[in-house]
Amino acid sequence: MSLRIVVCVKYVPDASGERGFADDLTVDREDADGLLSELDEYAVEQALRIADAADGAEVTVVTVGPGDAKDALRKALSMGAERAVHVEDDSLHGSDVMGTSLVLAKAVERTGFDLVICGMASTDGTMGVLPAVLAERLGVAQVTLLSQVAVAGGTVTGRRDGDAASEELEAPLPAVVSVTDQSGEARYPSFKGIMAAKKKPVEALDLDDLGIGADEVGLAGAWTVVDAAVARPARTAGTIVKDEGEGGRRLAEFLVGQKFI
Amino acid sequence: MAEVLVVVDHVDGAVRKPTLELLTLARRIGDPVAVVLGAGAADTVGVLAEHGAVRVLTSSEQRFAEYLVVPKVDALQAAVAVVEPVAVLVVSSAEGKEVAARLAVRIGSGIITDAVDLEAGESGPVATQSAFAASFSVKSRVSRGVPVITVKPNSAPVEPVVAAGAVEELVVEFGAVAGAKVLSRTPRAASGRPELTEAAIVVSGGRGVNGAENFAVIEALADSLGAAVGASRAAVDAGWYPHTNQVGQTGKSVSPQLYIASGISGAIQHRAGMQTSKTIVAVNKDAEAPIFELVDYGVVGDLFTVVPQLTEEINARKG
Repeated sequence: MSLRIVVCVKYVPDASGERGFADDLTVDREDADGLLSELDEYAVEQALRIADAADGAEVTVVTVGPGDAKDALRKALSMGAERAVHVEDDSLHGSDVMGTSLVLAKAVERTGFDLVICGMASTDGTMGVLPAVLAERLGVAQVTLLSQVAVAGGTVTGRRDGDAASEELEAPLPAVVSVTDQSGEARYPSFKGIMAAKKKPVEALDLDDLGIGADEVGLAGAWTVVDAAVARPARTAGTIVKDEGEGGRRLAEFLVGQKFI
Repeated sequence: MAEVLVVVDHVDGAVRKPTLELLTLARRIGDPVAVVLGAGAADTVGVLAEHGAVRVLTSSEQRFAEYLVVPKVDALQAAVAVVEPVAVLVVSSAEGKEVAARLAVRIGSGIITDAVDLEAGESGPVATQSAFAASFSVKSRVSRGVPVITVKPNSAPVEPVVAAGAVEELVVEFGAVAGAKVLSRTPRAASGRPELTEAAIVVSGGRGVNGAENFAVIEALADSLGAAVGASRAAVDAGWYPHTNQVGQTGKSVSPQLYIASGISGAIQHRAGMQTSKTIVAVNKDAEAPIFELVDYGVVGDLFTVVPQLTEEINARKG
């Protein structure tokens, strides 16, 4: 039987550009260039490696987001994923992690899965909780924050490097996995991969297709409310000195003045 | 008064400092009720009572250590049912956030992560978060269910207040999904230095350190200040320092009183992890390095002369 792997990816504003909030306090997507969240590239990479090692596997990449989010899917397809699912609906605007995870759970269930792979966090919201929320919604184990992952005989194993300890984990499929940036460099799409991606199927779904009410998602359906988002005042210019032999001692004097020594 | 559930982060009964900070924050919105899970739970009661816990719910079932996250969620669900709290506060560690997230779904509640401050509001607790590499400060609240809020270390002072600390055994019914089984656990060798996210001072090295062996220079400065050691992603990717010490978007987010960056240019991903530090100091050869835009004090110079001189000066003054 073929191993069904679904990778959840996010289209995010480019962190190297200006990022900010729109008037409704959602992330401003109008003024920012977007791309596939870098941390999700590691998830795509591990999905492709697990598929390569399996006796028959299919990698489907799923995203929830506006029209531009197709770019994130195309990137994953050009890396080697076989097909894509794009959930797009005007009512999704302003969804929080609970709304987004509801949509992903329904989309993943509809697609069919043995293994769901996510990045460790998005590079915009950076909550890092979606994999756990998704696992709870799907009623399966989470095997998360892995620096190493493998699948064999209906079991996923992996290593989680935590603060206090390094753990070897194991869970039966189906399961939700998240991988860290230590799991292995993501491949660059080849020219052939980029050309092939243009012909790969991208299934478009809306909330009706998934049986989700408009009031369950978006700003109206969010379980959290943002009351204010204020740009921090730029830090006032500090003192910068050039070391001419006394740099360390002068720095020590600064630290004494600040009562750190 | 309303009760607030505080999930205790401890290692075999030794309560970690971020939990004591949570107890301070919890008192702003109600009476703290601590819930302690795992081996050594009973040993935590004294310190929790000294820091304001009116009740302490304990369960030391083996299962919390044997499986990842899910058994703790089962236990917290039981605790929420017993206490009916106005909020659940959890430390923003990797595991803390995951436990909080699954709990939130389970009890139909919204979740806020990585709060850096918390206050009582007209419609429930209001959390402050940092967004987009700390370039924005965001205030939010949970609008559905019992607010589940994870709080970053160093977000509040530790203020001891003696409370009853009445101990109750928490009865947990474990669910059908056990989660991932922990096959083995290899404890990290203790460095003797403070934990990175909890430290008051962090000394970090980056690409400019130029080699694993050269990190001794960074460590010597850290030890002179009683600080934790951090590393940039470039230094970690080069294999010079462990990933567990990485500061930045894909590593740890730190917010110490003092952050000293040596040989770190200050890429956006690094800034995301340290920009909320109270005082920032940098040493870098490159006067154009973006890190200098953030500093309170910067030295343009060779870290291999500036840092040892600084260390020597600190040690001399301590002497």
